[in-house]
Amino acid sequence: MRRNGVFAKLFSLVFALFMLAPLVVVVGVSFTPEGFLEFPPSGISLRWFRAILDNPDFIDAAIVSLQLGVASATIATAICIPAALAIGGGRFPGRDALQALFLSPLTVPTVVLGIAFLRFLSTLGLNGTFWGLVFCHVVIIVPFVLRLVLASVVGLDPSIARAATSLGAPSLTVFRRITLPAIIPGVVGGWVLAFITSFDELTVTVFIVNPATTTLPVKLFSHITQTTDPLVASVSTVAILFTVALMLVVDRIYGLDRLLIGEGSH
Amino acid sequence: MAILELRDLTKRFGATTAVDHFTLSVEKGEFVSLLGPSGCGKTTTLQMIAGFETPSGGSILLNGRDLRSVPARQRGLGIVFQTYALFPHMTVEENVGFGLEMRKVPGDERRRRIAAALDLVHLSHLSGRYPRQMSGGQRQRVALARALVIEPELLLLDEPLSNLDAKLREEMQLELRRIQQEAGVTTLLVTHDQSEAMALSDRIAVMQGGRLIQEASPFEAYDRPTNAFVSTFLGKSNAIDAHLEETRDDGAVLRCGDIRLAGPPSPARPGPVLISLRPERIELCDAAAAHVSGRVGERIFLGDQWLFKVETSLGELLVVRPNSGRREPEPGETVHLSWRTEHLRILAAEPAA
Amino acid sequence: MNQDRARPWLLSAPALVLFLVMLVTPLVMTAVLSFNSFDFYGGIKPTFGLENYADVLGDSYFYEIFGRTFLIALVTTLICALVGTPQAYFLLRMRPLWRSVMILVVLGPLLISVVVRTLGWAILLGNNGVINDALKNLALIDRPIKMMYTSGGIVLALVHVMIPFMILAVWAALQRQDPATEKAAESLGARPATVFRRIVLPQAMPGILSGSLIVFSLSASAFATPAILGGRRVKVVSTTVYDEFLNTLNWPLGAAIAIILLVSVLAIMVAWNRLVEKRFAGVFE
Ligand SMILES: Nc1ncnc2c1ncn2[C@@H]1O[C@H](COP(=O)(O)OP(=O)(O)OP(=O)(O)O)[C@@H](O)[C@H]1O
Ligand SMILES: [Mg+2]
Repeated sequence: MRRNGVFAKLFSLVFALFMLAPLVVVVGVSFTPEGFLEFPPSGISLRWFRAILDNPDFIDAAIVSLQLGVASATIATAICIPAALAIGGGRFPGRDALQALFLSPLTVPTVVLGIAFLRFLSTLGLNGTFWGLVFCHVVIIVPFVLRLVLASVVGLDPSIARAATSLGAPSLTVFRRITLPAIIPGVVGGWVLAFITSFDELTVTVFIVNPATTTLPVKLFSHITQTTDPLVASVSTVAILFTVALMLVVDRIYGLDRLLIGEGSH
Repeated sequence: MAILELRDLTKRFGATTAVDHFTLSVEKGEFVSLLGPSGCGKTTTLQMIAGFETPSGGSILLNGRDLRSVPARQRGLGIVFQTYALFPHMTVEENVGFGLEMRKVPGDERRRRIAAALDLVHLSHLSGRYPRQMSGGQRQRVALARALVIEPELLLLDEPLSNLDAKLREEMQLELRRIQQEAGVTTLLVTHDQSEAMALSDRIAVMQGGRLIQEASPFEAYDRPTNAFVSTFLGKSNAIDAHLEETRDDGAVLRCGDIRLAGPPSPARPGPVLISLRPERIELCDAAAAHVSGRVGERIFLGDQWLFKVETSLGELLVVRPNSGRREPEPGETVHLSWRTEHLRILAAEPAA
Repeated sequence: MNQDRARPWLLSAPALVLFLVMLVTPLVMTAVLSFNSFDFYGGIKPTFGLENYADVLGDSYFYEIFGRTFLIALVTTLICALVGTPQAYFLLRMRPLWRSVMILVVLGPLLISVVVRTLGWAILLGNNGVINDALKNLALIDRPIKMMYTSGGIVLALVHVMIPFMILAVWAALQRQDPATEKAAESLGARPATVFRRIVLPQAMPGILSGSLIVFSLSASAFATPAILGGRRVKVVSTTVYDEFLNTLNWPLGAAIAIILLVSVLAIMVAWNRLVEKRFAGVFE
């Protein structure tokens, strides 16, 4: 394969700067000793990181987000594995419709989903409850999990399961010992992507939280729309570091592009 | 007694009939090949025996017992898949031991039997490897060991050698035959490679379009094909359109255009027929003794043989001669061909397509 | 397989039940809600009429909002295609080490909350923001350029949010191409730019087209970025819906606006797919 020329290198450099600029700025601002947003900061101080500790709101919101992400990613993965085995296991009448239904949350504008969930939950009197949030998030993240799990199910040689059956394994054993280990990268990748998507979700969540179940993105959003102090920057910096750490781990074990494209690409 | 009996086995996928009233029986210890071109229904037949496809009609009997209601995992058959289907996350040893584990064979005996199976396929030294770390031929042998270690009554092989290169394929054919005989296991092999079927089998079942066309020993099928399809599918053959004028107890009279030929006695009725003549049964001779003469069009060197395409008044004839170091006719040369009457096969004419 | 017909349905049952309860029902309820009426004292009335749609479709204020939303989405899509396509190609041609670094840079932001990324743009674009300060210090301007609360600012931040999707789509298409086609063109005398235009671009086209569709529909319904960078001054459809629901509390009107957004986005997607299928029938699969 030919390598890039000067123009391509320059282009990539400028593009990388563009992608990194807003993140660098947020991280930079969070170290300011001043009480307002300034970049580059006039000094280095951890004042605004300490301020996080004095704002239990943010910490509570982060805890809600973590719990929400773990719960919804786990439920979504648990229901997507059998669904992917069904959809990826061969044709049957209604298969395409089923797949289209499970992927449809990607095509419906999120703001529409947000008000639909609000209407539904408030009719049932469940608006703002944690489990109401969880199941709304499950619907939103199912397409991400399904795509990754499906990709690994489709890539599976069907005769492997048949070989195990022919050797006398009952179907649950075939699943546990043969199928699951073979699709586990897709399952883990799907769970992580689902967790991150849920952890970052704003547009839907903003409609269906109450003060007790406010998530981190919602808390940040409402804080930003009211005041802009360096506190949001320091909270964001912590969130960025958390994501970057998770990302590096995922990239090691699964490949970031595979995770996001959803198929083998190396 | 037959170990396996297929009776009128039929499989339809919507409008297509993949297997059509297929009947076959396999005796204990026998090595039988299902031979046919791509798409003729071989894999489908095998999958029905294995229990992964449900027959649309007919029955499958194993030791006289109908398998209809026996699920795949309880049939106890050893299967080698075309892709080998090794479990990628298990070592060779774990792969081979999986079937024993399912049968709850205790640890000691399990280890002993794994070792014996790996020994049989000459892979004892690689027992700790993962499938990814092995060559095609080695994987193939692991798949074989995994199928044999459960001591199946019947071994099913679906094109087990088709993923190997030509040289390795020949080696593995000998290897497979040795292993099968050492293990003494009844074997049903599916293949589209006629030389593989002939080299390995006690008996060949030739399939076409889901139907059984001929069932015979390799020699018999080669030497006495029952129709034009078998004659051209097994080895090379010259197929000549002819008219059967009359048949007598001591022979037949055939006419091709304005040439008259003598043929062997035949049960066929007078009328249009097809003559099949193997290229290696044609000899070069003097003009006086010739059945037909012609001009060498092409000459192809095959190492141990020469292949000639000779233009004659019977049409283009293939002639094969062993390479024994003598001078062979050059392209453009006129040659005279003859054969023994009993080497002609009189077959039913192909229905006009 | 030796299985009964029910098996795939049994396996998908949990997901299916969840989607019927948690997706289909809420969407139907929202559609019904959009036909209800509302007054400030009585709240939502279970009447059934088209007044809300008449209100939206008869008011130039809403036309302006819808027009602005789709214009922002369109421009964002164009920029993403123009920048993302060559970037994906350059990515393919990088050395493995640089490529993995660049993939982290390009795709990583996708995993960071849009709120955080938009905060970064707010800090950059403000009247006393990083960009204006820098330009002032360089004495290139004396009054700040207004970038916050403009459509341009929103587009810029949206490009940042959306361009990874475009690069992913093009990248996936380029990975399917046979690298030998480029070498073949070169051996026939094509220069690098020609190779890109005549060989790479046509093969990347399915990726560009599907990427454009994703970027467009996500941009048209984006919320966080226009809400933070546009505020009340530069309203788009999703922020309008948000205000109707959580400030004005006129849910039926908000629902009608949302349903119009849903229908127009779906219509554009279907039309786009039709067009692509017709234009490229036979070329790709
Ligand atoms: N699941 C299926 N649905 C529909 N048609 C099928 C299915 N499986 C096989 N067929 C059809 O049945 C016929 C026989 O297929 P089969 O796989 O048995 O052929 P084969 O003899 O094994 O061929 P090959 O040598 O190429 O493996 C083919 O025409 C095939 O298209
Ligand atoms: Mg086959």
